[in-house]
Amino acid sequence: MSIALILIALSAVGALVLGMSARHGHKMKLEEWTVGGRGFGAILVFLLLAGEIYTTFTFLGASGYAYGLGAPAYYILAYGTLAYVISYFMLPPIWAYARRLNLVTQPDFFAAKFASPTLGVLVALVGVVALIPYLVLQFTGLGIIVEVASYGAIPKSIAVLLGAAVVSLYVIVSGVRGSAWTAVVKDILIILVAVFLGLYLPLHYQGGITAMFTALDHAKPGFLAFAATGKSLSWFISTVLLTALGFFMWPQSFAACYTARHADVFRKNAIVLPLYQLVLLFIFFVGFSAALVVPGLHGSASNMALLKVSVAAFPPVIVGIIGATGVLTALVPGSMIMMTAATLFSRNLVAAIRPGQSDDTTALIAKTLVPVVGVVAAYFAISGSSTIVALLLMGYSFVTQLFPSLICSLLRRNPATKEGAIAGIVVGVGTVVYFTLTSATIAKLLPGAPEIVRDLNVGTAALVLNILALVIVSGVTASRRAAVAAE
Amino acid sequence: MKYIGLLAIIPFIGMFLGPILHNSSTPFILGMPFILGWIVVWMLITSVTMAIIYWLDPVRLSANPDGDGR
Repeated sequence: MSIALILIALSAVGALVLGMSARHGHKMKLEEWTVGGRGFGAILVFLLLAGEIYTTFTFLGASGYAYGLGAPAYYILAYGTLAYVISYFMLPPIWAYARRLNLVTQPDFFAAKFASPTLGVLVALVGVVALIPYLVLQFTGLGIIVEVASYGAIPKSIAVLLGAAVVSLYVIVSGVRGSAWTAVVKDILIILVAVFLGLYLPLHYQGGITAMFTALDHAKPGFLAFAATGKSLSWFISTVLLTALGFFMWPQSFAACYTARHADVFRKNAIVLPLYQLVLLFIFFVGFSAALVVPGLHGSASNMALLKVSVAAFPPVIVGIIGATGVLTALVPGSMIMMTAATLFSRNLVAAIRPGQSDDTTALIAKTLVPVVGVVAAYFAISGSSTIVALLLMGYSFVTQLFPSLICSLLRRNPATKEGAIAGIVVGVGTVVYFTLTSATIAKLLPGAPEIVRDLNVGTAALVLNILALVIVSGVTASRRAAVAAE
Repeated sequence: MKYIGLLAIIPFIGMFLGPILHNSSTPFILGMPFILGWIVVWMLITSVTMAIIYWLDPVRLSANPDGDGR
């Protein structure tokens, strides 16, 4: 058994033990299991909200994006930072309302704000459809990391199944506490690994970070600035804005904010998280360095850049540590997603069919569903189905469609009616599905438009149509209601 | 300091202004290509901006910072 394999196995076992012991002294009633009894202090909330930054998607995807595309990767740094600015104002009122009404999920919030159980079901469906592919992505990343870092000793399928089993176990036992405590270890490891790789690789191969960028700028002119067409400046700005709006619309991040003991946590986080985001910069350095050292990976293979350059540069013990870190970047977000998806099913879909379901039953059904969600996602990850890739592209655009009605609901006088909110979300989500299935871009839809419009992220169109539907339907239903009230 | 929250617009403008005015890899900022260095600088400025908003925030300093009891 190689040293790399031992380290990877250790991290999985460590996550299991830590995750399961996180339950210590807490009875896992629904509110405790899903939102930690609303008693988390600053550090745990910080790690849950920051958890979104360091998933396998960032570990492999951010380095791969920098490796394959260059400048467009910068958007990842920018959107998180702006999302935290929004969170300063948005999260405290969400948190306060959720606490007052004892809400535990994101659909709960929409259903309560608009007094519409139907809207709750719709938001739950949107959430589940967005979450499952996201979980598949984490498992796929896990499989790749373990296979490469174990030098092929553990095939992808075994890694994915073991990962799903580990996460299911500790999620069932400890709920969100398991995610929070494993996130502590994950974030410490990833910071160490990212900073080490990001400084060492450019220094070793190119003689330093500035030397690396100079060489890269010379080897690939234009790679480090935005292109005139395609992934241009207009693409960059629209993508940053869209993803910044969508950031906290993910059901697991939205519900993670319910765990806080005080609202002040979110305000302080908005100061610290932009700095924390800087760690991603080092992941970029890895990708840029790899672009010079191990060129030739194209398309989705570019996600292998970090692992490939690591295997080329380091002895098995370091590769093992990188692999162990990679495993945690899949397991921790995976645990949040599994718990959230299972809770959405149980609390907002099953309970919608069976009125009067008690909290204990809801918790029981959710815990039973955790391994089911795990198996489904593991199946898609192992089979590598191409439909799932299409779903993945949709996930972020899906949750972003919840933003307009959420903001309306936070205003002093909510200008949106429940019909308006439903119409907006349905139109927005429908547009995303249509665009994804037809692989539309704005350039294809409006071939005559100026370049600045042609390159806009296609999600912009979905959001605009969403807002239009929300405004029109809200206007019509509100005036009809006013007329009825006047009679 | 009722309108201190409006400062939050600054990061949105700043983040995009550099790439809009000068979409190029040179000159390097902090040893990094122009746009990347620009974004990093603005991440730092964003943090400072949020700290200033926090410091002067009337909601946070009010008797009811958790926003309960509405």
